[in-house]
Amino acid sequence: MVMQSAGTGIESQVASIVDGMRDMEGPLLPILHEVQEEFGYVPQEALPVIAKALNLSRAEVYGVVSFYHDYRKEPAGRHVLKVCQAESCQSMGSDEVAARFKQALGIGFHQTTPDGRVTLEPVYCLGMCACSPAAMLDGEVIGRIDAARVDEIIAEVRR
Amino acid sequence: MKPVIYIPGDSGALALGADKVAAAISAELKERGIEAKIVRNGSRGAYFLEPMVEVGTDAGRVAYGPVRPSQVKSLFDAGFLTGGAHELALGDPEKIPFFARQTRLTFARCGIIDPFSLEDYERHGGLAGLRKAAAMAPLEIVTEVTESGLRGRGGAGFPTGIKWKTVLDTDDVRKYIVCNADEGDSGTFADRMIMEGDPFVLIEGMAIAGLATGATKGFLYTRSEYPHAIAAMRRAVEIARRAKILGPDVMGSGRAFDMEVREGAGAYVCGEETALLDSLEGKRGMVRAKPPLPAHKGLFGKPTVINNVISLASVPIILDKGAAYYKDFGMGRSRGTIPIQIAGNIRYPGLFETAFGLTLGEIVDDIGGGTATGRPVKAVQVGGPLGAYFPRDLFDTPFDYEAFAAKDGLIGHAGITVFDDSADMLKQARFAMEFCAIESCGKCTPCRIGSTRGVEVLDKLAAGIAPDTQIELVTDLCNTMKFGSLCALGGFTPYPVMSALTHFPEDFRPAPMREAAE
Repeated sequence: MVMQSAGTGIESQVASIVDGMRDMEGPLLPILHEVQEEFGYVPQEALPVIAKALNLSRAEVYGVVSFYHDYRKEPAGRHVLKVCQAESCQSMGSDEVAARFKQALGIGFHQTTPDGRVTLEPVYCLGMCACSPAAMLDGEVIGRIDAARVDEIIAEVRR
Repeated sequence: MKPVIYIPGDSGALALGADKVAAAISAELKERGIEAKIVRNGSRGAYFLEPMVEVGTDAGRVAYGPVRPSQVKSLFDAGFLTGGAHELALGDPEKIPFFARQTRLTFARCGIIDPFSLEDYERHGGLAGLRKAAAMAPLEIVTEVTESGLRGRGGAGFPTGIKWKTVLDTDDVRKYIVCNADEGDSGTFADRMIMEGDPFVLIEGMAIAGLATGATKGFLYTRSEYPHAIAAMRRAVEIARRAKILGPDVMGSGRAFDMEVREGAGAYVCGEETALLDSLEGKRGMVRAKPPLPAHKGLFGKPTVINNVISLASVPIILDKGAAYYKDFGMGRSRGTIPIQIAGNIRYPGLFETAFGLTLGEIVDDIGGGTATGRPVKAVQVGGPLGAYFPRDLFDTPFDYEAFAAKDGLIGHAGITVFDDSADMLKQARFAMEFCAIESCGKCTPCRIGSTRGVEVLDKLAAGIAPDTQIELVTDLCNTMKFGSLCALGGFTPYPVMSALTHFPEDFRPAPMREAAE
């Protein structure tokens, strides 16, 4: 077995993702989604590989990565907790919900707990406006969150 | 006959524990040795009753809700599989007042059928529109849609048929149908419900749009915040392709149409149609200057129909029942029905499809039942983050594009977010500016810079620094943003800000006075 350094490993994995998707119409976003799915973030090393394959400049690819809120520059925590902060949830006390999460985890929005367990993020609408306030934990939606539910969620992510 | 149990798989129902209820029901069936068919339907839209479980009985469907997993055992004990009496029993769901008062055209099947059963879909009237369209000439289809009076349900209210005609009249060989499912407005969830609860109606609508305009390729662009909807649409597209509803020979018409589902990446501005097109092309979601219209130069520079989910999902019934049938509903120039989404601090939240014309007061007080907290309603934001805040004084405004415009508001995507008297309207106005600053694509100055200056000015106002000057400044700034911005993000952010300022001036008093009053 040939051991590869981390850098070339990322590059070859990205290259194989790009290879399978480059014939799509408008392939860049689907490729970036796939890269993030694979690594948990979009590694810097991926950009030149994608740029070259799609005949774009590296700056163009970087511009796209940095434009969209979803693409991460570094891996997230093991759990990603997104707390809705949009109007419907505001009307049902999302400020208090967010404050309770922040206090329990000891971090603010866009931060990860030092043990790498949880990343906390604001989100502007999950389409759960008929069961506000809402949040999403690792892709699963949770509605009508009250103080007790916050504590349950915290216990779950600490487990 | 094997009993059929319907447990919503809609993500709103999941958020309230539908999967746990389903697991409890499966476990109970196993323990009791009962064989039953479980269908994961969409939601009918009464979220105050979710998870709402239904059973098919000889006398029709019987509903129970809202069901908690701990109540499942008692439901079995009460014989709910044959419609037995129980404290959660709601009877025939169609007769529940929240549903009985609705006119369901676009959402006729949502929450009723198995979203992934084409057989179920057809049995409930699905594919009839596409079958008719397949036998019609493109211009005939376009004329039908034009005559129905259908206007864009995304918010702009532009006549759908005219958009289609423009694309039909272009002679490019490559044309596109793009479905804008980037439903980012808070207070709205109609697109999500259709995608999860009746995805075939949207596919059918897009296929009809393809046959009508000569477009052979469609894209559905939706939000990464909607993973369940994405999965549902992808699964439904696969099924439709296998059934030859999509592909080189749509329903035996000899004409081709296929589609792909694409996922956004968390940019609100991509709900703006030209930013959405740039995003689909793999670029930053920057707004384009119009003209050229997308109908002339849209996706990849080709003629493109770009319509909202609800517009496209309303097309099949128009083709099936005819333009006159659809046009018969509504008022003034707002024809047909509109799925109103009642959200926020409200007792009976949910989706309520009805003909245009109900007043805001009827929606909030009668249908919505007032606030969830039981406190008085202070303000209602209609049309998402870019919609105006309405005070109770304007509750007589009928739900109609023109009537709302006349009161300096907009219907938008028909989301209604209710706030009780604890809302601070200065804070809401500041949030509108802040949201615009976070989500601005940065192309035009009024939106990019104006939103940040707006936050600063409102912060000064909150701190009580020269309040009269700040109010004058924010008014002037809103005027600049409204008329100088390239798209609705910067152009409509003044709606929530100015409506809050106009209707709730007491919340904009200097801080010392506000504190003294508390």
